[in-house]
Amino acid sequence: MVERQSPLELELRAGSHGDFEHGIEVILSETRPGSILQLAAWPGQEKALIAGIRAVTGLALPDGAGAGSTGGVRSVFGFAPGKFTVVDEAEGLASAFANVVTPAIGTVTDLSHGRTAIRIAGPKAEWVLAKFFAIDFALPAFPVGAGRSTMHHDVFAQIQRTGADQFDIYVFRSFARSFWKALCHASEEVGYEVQ
Amino acid sequence: MLITCPYCGPRDVIEFTYQGDGNRERPQPASQDLDAWNAYVYDRLNLAGDHNEIWQHSGGCRAHLRVVRNTLTHEISSVAFTRGDHKVAARHKAEGKI
Ligand SMILES: [Zn+2]
Repeated sequence: MVERQSPLELELRAGSHGDFEHGIEVILSETRPGSILQLAAWPGQEKALIAGIRAVTGLALPDGAGAGSTGGVRSVFGFAPGKFTVVDEAEGLASAFANVVTPAIGTVTDLSHGRTAIRIAGPKAEWVLAKFFAIDFALPAFPVGAGRSTMHHDVFAQIQRTGADQFDIYVFRSFARSFWKALCHASEEVGYEVQ
Repeated sequence: MLITCPYCGPRDVIEFTYQGDGNRERPQPASQDLDAWNAYVYDRLNLAGDHNEIWQHSGGCRAHLRVVRNTLTHEISSVAFTRGDHKVAARHKAEGKI
């Protein structure tokens, strides 16, 4: 495997930043998953694809638009009709799907090197993200496991809630550094730690 | 203006791209009916009221949507996926494309 370099390397400075003297209210990190895939079902094949995702990852997808689930090591969520993002800490998830998602069911697209995964956690995570995205981050509207496709200006983002106060954001690798810097600026007022 | 995407829910108009008048009928690509092509390219109802439009949720789920928007008030009275559009599907079926 090619050794992957983070686009955030130059800007990712571990430690406490911003107005942290009153306490750290968000934690920012790059999760660097080994595999980031997009799976798409042909019309009418959605159930077969969802069964395939369960077979490979062990994760059951709840019903509904944008529904998802996370097991820590692996996560999955719907981001469009019949389309799902699947993430694994380990590399090689695409080959695990190769024989499961047959050409009759749909497609597997390996975006592992094309997306950067940024995690924001802490009591003010919703507050900071609400400054970026015009969607409802409240827990009843955006439950744990669920995913959303949206954008911050021209930066397309997929967001999965992976905890009550934790979100994983997938952005295009080429936009990741500027998005990260914006996220740091937006977190200054609440005090943030980079891990 | 908010458009309620059937998949994503209510989103700001900035996430959407206008894909044109939803009343148009595109002629077959091989068609040499100049009147039909002229109508497809130029003829518009220019309604003051409820207007059929195609939008794409380009900054979201990327689905193409059939939207009815009031051109006077911007009120949106219906949003549906173009996928599974009965009119288009029926036409494709009649033409042996599906
Ligand atoms: Zn949408």
